[in-house]
Amino acid sequence: MSNISEFSLTRIVSGIKKKDFTSEEVTRSFINNSKKSKKLNTYITECFDQAIQSAKNFDKKKDYKGLLSGVPIAVKDLFCTRNVKTTAGSKILHNFVPTYESTITSNLWSQGSFLLGKLNCDEFAMGSSNETSFFGNVINPFGQKLVPGGSSGGSASALAANLTPATIGTDTGGSIRQPASFTGTVGLKPTYGRCSRWGIVAFASSLDQAGPMTKNVKDCALLLQAMSGYDPKDSTSVDIKVDNYTSKLTEKIKGLKIGIPKEYTVDNMPNEIDNIWKQGVDYLIDAGATIKNISLPHTIYALPAYYIVAPAEASSNLARYDGVKYGHRAKGNNLVEMYENTRSEGFGDEVKRRILIGTYVLSSGYYDAYYLKAQKVRQLIKNDFDKAFTDVDAILTPSTPSSAFKIGDKKDDPVSMYLNDIFTVPVNLSGLPAISVPTGYDKNNLPLGLQLIGKAFDEQTILNLSLAIEKRANFNKKIKVWWN
Amino acid sequence: MTAKKFDYLINGDKSKWEVIIGLEVHAQVLSKSKLFSPSPTKFGAEPNTQVSLVDTAFPGMLPVINQFCIEQSIKTGLGLKAKINLNSVFDRKNYFYADLPQGYQISQYKNPIVGEGEIVLDMPYGTKKVGIERLHLEQDAGKSIHDIDPDNSYVDLNRSGVALMEIVSKPDLRSPEEVNVYVKKLRSIMRYLGTCDGNMQEGSLRADVNVSVRKVGDKKFGTRCEIKNVNSIRFMQLAIEYEARRQVELLESDKKVNQETRLFDTKKNATRSMRSKEEAHDYRYFPDPDLLPLKLEQSLVDKLKKELPELPDEKKERFIKEHNLSPYEANILVSEKEISDYYEEVIKKCDKKLATNWITVELFALLNKKNLSILQSPVSARNLSKLIKMITSGKISGKIAKDVFVKMQVDDKDAEQIVEKEGLIQQSDPKELEKIITKVISNNKDKVEQYKSGKEKLFGFFVGQIMKASEGKANPQLVNEILRNKLK
Repeated sequence: MSNISEFSLTRIVSGIKKKDFTSEEVTRSFINNSKKSKKLNTYITECFDQAIQSAKNFDKKKDYKGLLSGVPIAVKDLFCTRNVKTTAGSKILHNFVPTYESTITSNLWSQGSFLLGKLNCDEFAMGSSNETSFFGNVINPFGQKLVPGGSSGGSASALAANLTPATIGTDTGGSIRQPASFTGTVGLKPTYGRCSRWGIVAFASSLDQAGPMTKNVKDCALLLQAMSGYDPKDSTSVDIKVDNYTSKLTEKIKGLKIGIPKEYTVDNMPNEIDNIWKQGVDYLIDAGATIKNISLPHTIYALPAYYIVAPAEASSNLARYDGVKYGHRAKGNNLVEMYENTRSEGFGDEVKRRILIGTYVLSSGYYDAYYLKAQKVRQLIKNDFDKAFTDVDAILTPSTPSSAFKIGDKKDDPVSMYLNDIFTVPVNLSGLPAISVPTGYDKNNLPLGLQLIGKAFDEQTILNLSLAIEKRANFNKKIKVWWN
Repeated sequence: MTAKKFDYLINGDKSKWEVIIGLEVHAQVLSKSKLFSPSPTKFGAEPNTQVSLVDTAFPGMLPVINQFCIEQSIKTGLGLKAKINLNSVFDRKNYFYADLPQGYQISQYKNPIVGEGEIVLDMPYGTKKVGIERLHLEQDAGKSIHDIDPDNSYVDLNRSGVALMEIVSKPDLRSPEEVNVYVKKLRSIMRYLGTCDGNMQEGSLRADVNVSVRKVGDKKFGTRCEIKNVNSIRFMQLAIEYEARRQVELLESDKKVNQETRLFDTKKNATRSMRSKEEAHDYRYFPDPDLLPLKLEQSLVDKLKKELPELPDEKKERFIKEHNLSPYEANILVSEKEISDYYEEVIKKCDKKLATNWITVELFALLNKKNLSILQSPVSARNLSKLIKMITSGKISGKIAKDVFVKMQVDDKDAEQIVEKEGLIQQSDPKELEKIITKVISNNKDKVEQYKSGKEKLFGFFVGQIMKASEGKANPQLVNEILRNKLK
């Protein structure tokens, strides 16, 4: 049964149910792979012993009621897990063990799943390459010098390298979709409010949203269903019925109208990106969709607005890491010195940069010019989408302006790093759902994904469209295992 | 009542100065749980026992608004005759301190839940309206304790997250006495409403006091100083007096008042600088993205308005009309809801005028002496009512009543029983009284002569002797009548 780890989540769930294999066999298969894959640096905390114990318990009880019965899952280390270290990729939380479980992970466990481990990510989810983690950067299985994207880079690499059957990430400006695109996997950012934020280490509260990362679209529908739902503990959670995404999943999308926004292009964007976009259009036409050229005129302002709103919220959200209550504490001769030393030692450069930006844009005298203006821009971007969606059912764009780039390439050039989020951030600013589905390869055989943006709470339509693309793209992961 | 004139001015060496005062009162919302978490709010609990993960700002914790606190602040707003804002916003006020776990306080900045209102003060020189600028909801911080250990500070987060109403007045107050009346009135309104217990010793009510001075006749306000976190009315008054004088002295010696935050030192009875305007925090307010804007239904506001209890001003009007009280008396009786309740209980069965006197004179003297609230009164309203009834019916004299009242203070002993048992019933039988009076007159023939020859002051002497002879039980009115006849 050495190939269990290559199976899809759906196949594993049904295989356990049909007793093709036990939960323990599944778990051991992923643990074995994981143990051989240290070079990828995907795990921050391994929970292998407990996972095997959980699997054994499952195999004894054989309770198949849950959507994910008997399935081990590793999750991004931004989700608080009871009695399991939760670091957010930061030194400041390197020793933090929560006494509570995030709503999202609780939802997974109540569907019969259990924790395999905590996956590496950019520090406080701030980054597009997984190079800002205190625990070292993650390697993309597509090439030992390549970043996996970020911030959910550990999740994307672990998934692509078959170290977990599926995973969950968080997406504030593209942190699920961009790494999914870079690793040939499926990643979905749900509508803001669809998934609870309770128990997730916050980056930017008005943008953060947890979502599924999977090997294929069907798995994505299944995992989304397992994690979604209203949570009274999160005031921004929305009480709207969760669709049965899997049973409604269909590639029959005839008659759907797809918008192609002319603004989703950047200078020096490789032709391959344009080509894959055209390819996606052809796939959807083939599946019966009609295509409409649309305009989202404020798109160019999305990135600057995002890099004001997100750091502003982050600067405030990260104020609680002060050495007083939990996490890293440095010595100091007085309170202020203790703060300064703790935060200087505890945070990495990118986090500090964003705290500085955020503090600046909220300062009196600058608030109106930056934060308030950014909020106005945000509204205009939302309006663009609202207007577009009066005419189309979904919007197709590239997920990223490039394929996975080399480690170190953009590390010292934050603006060029930020530009990698250019196609993904408008979606977060608007709160809409979007998915990245692997569609093809560039000339270096690196995966490229396309992004489908849907109407609020209409995850079903973008899942269906993704399925139609997936069937036609016939995307095969061309990964040679080089890291064992 | 002759209206006194307002006369609180600071006499400087060169001119007379008017004092301008505005108050930011922080009133703890009467609520079992905190503003954004279900933790209890009990006062005086062991440190860090009334604390949840939200109050401690653990990673990933989120605030959820306590609807009861919202309703309490709406009620308070209605009690202040203020505009209720159907749309308000919770903002983050960012600053670092060890007892502020989130690194920010959730408060309301640009869009508070309650807008402009007013409080009416009864001053000796007439009524005075003080404008309310706004009322907003915010979280309290925890408490830092620096005196347990020489090298470390301790933090108690029991108060962290407790709901406060910040009630901001317009700069309409002009004297320490007006501040006294304002705070008491505000506290009384909130106690009537049950929205704040107003307990200043427990920190449920404290205030930041803004003080400036200007020459009498000037239109423009002077530069103000804010005295932070004063926790008793007495201290507020002392702080204002000191601060106004300090500012006048500066201005009269051609120096400037710096806009700054000051602290009141209760040992020195003086204010001192805490931080200047330049050193003021930049709080970087912005809307809290963890909370949606607070939208209220008009129907909720209407419902709460309907359920509003009778408030001091209305009660006062009613007391004047229904019970025939003077505005002064009515004011005293409505100043605390419990007093008005007591009064209305007493007058169910006895004379209103007499009841007013007994409560405001005898009962208040007793409570004052023993430092008790009306709720702790040793004499119940029903019992006092019985006593007063016996006075009006002539069963006992007012003088005897005072003795009975003293005896009632032990275990609220029944007034009627005391009178019965101790045979204190007033002597109102004219024949019996005549006997006593005749005896007194025959024993004091010399005095009778003097009286008759014009020394009318001696009438009191006879009354005294008669009362003494009757052991105080003689009906004074009858005594007067009979004695006057006899001495003709």
